[in-house]
Amino acid sequence: MDERTTLRQKALWWIAGAAVLIYALFPVAWIVSLSFKSAADLGNRQFLPADAVLDNYEMILVGDAQTLFLSALRNSIGIAVIATFLAVLLSTFCAYAIARLEFPGKKVILTTALAVAIFPVISIVTPLFNLWRHIGLYDTWPGVIIPYLSLTLPISIWTLSAFFRQIPWELEQAAQVDGATTWQAFRRVIVPLATPGVFTTAIISFFIAWNDFVYGISLTSTEAARPVPAALAFFTGASQFEDPAGAIAAAAVIVTIPVVVLVLLFQRRIVSGLTQGAVKG
Amino acid sequence: MSITETSRPGTAGSAPAPRRMSERARAERRLGWWLAAPAFVVMLLVTAYPIAQAVYESLFKYRLTDPDAREFTWLTNYWVILTDGVWWRAVGVTVLITAITVAVEAVLGFALALVMHRALRVLRPLLRTAILIPYAIITVVSAFAWLYAFDINTGFATSWLSWVPGITEDTNVFGSFGSAVAVIILSEIWKTTPFISLLLLAGLAQIPNDLLEAAKVDGATWWQRLYKVTIPNMKAAIMVALLFRTLDAFRIFDNVFIMTQGAQGTEVVSFLAYRQTISRLEIGLGSAVSVLLFLSVVLISVAYIKLFRINLASARGEA
Repeated sequence: MDERTTLRQKALWWIAGAAVLIYALFPVAWIVSLSFKSAADLGNRQFLPADAVLDNYEMILVGDAQTLFLSALRNSIGIAVIATFLAVLLSTFCAYAIARLEFPGKKVILTTALAVAIFPVISIVTPLFNLWRHIGLYDTWPGVIIPYLSLTLPISIWTLSAFFRQIPWELEQAAQVDGATTWQAFRRVIVPLATPGVFTTAIISFFIAWNDFVYGISLTSTEAARPVPAALAFFTGASQFEDPAGAIAAAAVIVTIPVVVLVLLFQRRIVSGLTQGAVKG
Repeated sequence: MSITETSRPGTAGSAPAPRRMSERARAERRLGWWLAAPAFVVMLLVTAYPIAQAVYESLFKYRLTDPDAREFTWLTNYWVILTDGVWWRAVGVTVLITAITVAVEAVLGFALALVMHRALRVLRPLLRTAILIPYAIITVVSAFAWLYAFDINTGFATSWLSWVPGITEDTNVFGSFGSAVAVIILSEIWKTTPFISLLLLAGLAQIPNDLLEAAKVDGATWWQRLYKVTIPNMKAAIMVALLFRTLDAFRIFDNVFIMTQGAQGTEVVSFLAYRQTISRLEIGLGSAVSVLLFLSVVLISVAYIKLFRINLASARGEA
């Protein structure tokens, strides 16, 4: 197809491509622009700042909102990384078993994962809120990490079992014929082959944990465990009458940077991970 | 289960091959269970247990600020909710948002998938990268971007859109139900269409090119090829994408929380559950709302699977 496109078709594709680019990036460009507005500019109702300043970044990184934002950033990074690590660890074993071993109950596990994935998270916030208060997990890291597994585990299991099905397992059998045990074959032969899939799963899982708002806002109450999305909802201006929009925009830009970096570096893998886990095996 | 079977020398000679096979199979089965069990148990612990707890607590009149007055009241909470206009209004708003976002996203997502599928080779990685940004961005961040774009104090959108009848620069978008819901829906569409389009893109990629070429040779127009060849051949992918998005949209929370906090009648079911529990500390009522939301999601899934005969396993190529 590509070889025989005419100039006119080519131009149309570039226009369609430009439309997609504008669609995807315009709101991001707006929040970036907003983050560079000075307090006086916030109300100018223009897309661009009259004068780009770093006031908002100063406020959240070294100024008044510093404790609020930096502790939330620390919580977000710590909680999302740990929740991702746990989900990937558990689902790697689980997906290996599903893709490779013969045992009854595979279908039950995949169906459970699907059921958990479509589960309305707010439904378990009420009981967890009550339970966590009783056993002292309310407003702690583990108190957020544990429910995050309900978000990250199901998709990890689906994505990884899809990846693992494509691994040439004859290599493992060859290793076993050569005298390796199942476990050795797994560790020496399969782990290196499986690493890209595991890595992709980790990225997708991290996005989900990084994105969470429901648990973050319901199961925390202070800077001890509140992640960034929840903390943004509690931002206030320097005074009661000042609009927190600038500070929120600056914080929003900072938490979007890791996401953009991951997308830029691994777009191909993320796309294949998302589509494999959901559509085909 | 106890496995005391060992290969004794006396019996080894009689039927060695099947014995060894079955023992290997048994070991494999055991290993499978051991590897899969932790993930399975954790999934159950973090969802099945809390929802059971919610079902139990929904049967009590129980307010956290007054724990001594806790009282078993059977299904009273459900009766209170189901006879209250607040619940039905929240359901109505949720269904409205779900229906519009899913319908628009199906069309827009398909168009995006077609563009990505057929775009010039140089453009493809660029488009894929761009489309992943809304998918991966934090929902709350997207909600703030759309909120501030339309906000009466900080926004530029109303003055840009002032050519639309009924909109002036000073329109208070979040001051009335219709416009507030419209912006909530817009931000939801922006954020989640990429996901649907990636799923559809995977479906498109599975259609054999010969089929389309053959239809072209037979003189089918572009539309005919789309309707008669492309769409029927990716029905499974379309249905799975729609099911996932419907359930996701029905659980909408972040956008509503950030943009309106349920004001102007924009309260959705998830927000109602949150408000009962976290703001009003009505554990009993909040649990009942949670259980009802859970049942709604189950109902939607069953309806989709029965109505459209989706076989999720076959859609993944497992059957």
